Amino acid sequence: MAGPQAHDPRPLSPHLQIWRWHVTMATSIFHRASGVALYVGAMILTAWIVALASGPEAYAGFMGLLMSPLGLLVLFGITAAACYHLANGVRHLAWDAGKGFAPKVATATGWATIIAGAFGAIVVFTLAFLA
Amino acid sequence: MKYSLRTPLSRARGLGSAKHGVGHFIQQRVTAIFLAFLLPWFGLSIILATDGSFLSVQSWMRQPWNAAFTAFLILTGLYHMRLGLQVVIEDYISGPVPRSVSLLANTAIPAILAIIAMLCIAKVFVGA
Repeated sequence: MAGPQAHDPRPLSPHLQIWRWHVTMATSIFHRASGVALYVGAMILTAWIVALASGPEAYAGFMGLLMSPLGLLVLFGITAAACYHLANGVRHLAWDAGKGFAPKVATATGWATIIAGAFGAIVVFTLAFLA
Repeated sequence: MKYSLRTPLSRARGLGSAKHGVGHFIQQRVTAIFLAFLLPWFGLSIILATDGSFLSVQSWMRQPWNAAFTAFLILTGLYHMRLGLQVVIEDYISGPVPRSVSLLANTAIPAILAIIAMLCIAKVFVGA
């Protein structure tokens, strides 16, 4: 818990508006942001299961909401967040094993996770609407 | 503790490590490894083994392995999510009251979602 430091008047370290953006920094920030987005995703998934348990009318109503333009946009965002968070999560697990810290490797895998997030979401949506 | 390196002020404040960091770190990774398999399995199953309609999803969820692993996915995911957002709250929300309220909510919300999801999976599974 914060305790006495909570309202400490000392200056904070420089934040996002100060640093020059680079890809390893962006992937770290996206990892956190996508994790927060997936909090909403978990709520949508739970709501979907509630609709499934509530019968055909409730399910059809919920799916109508999900398949509306706004619903699809949210669903695409959640899917991209899931693909990205999964890819970058594997990158983090490699780091935990002590692998992939060399700057060039970290930058390359960083770009790879960003591409995996976007590409993964497109693949999932293509499968979902063609299959 | 005779040779502690902490300053007297630091000892008086009593704000050292809570000794829970390693458990948090390991639980976050263990749930991550499970989720790396469970989430792709779930997404691809719903897309490829059902057509998204009520009847096809219902019959999919009535298969024992599907219901069991969906429940496992949701419990693991909610726990992973709780651990993750806890760190975000601890990083960004500093006032004692907002922080305590956020942390309490971050415990209650995943727990409530888990209970609701488990009841609903069970209901679909037994066909009530």
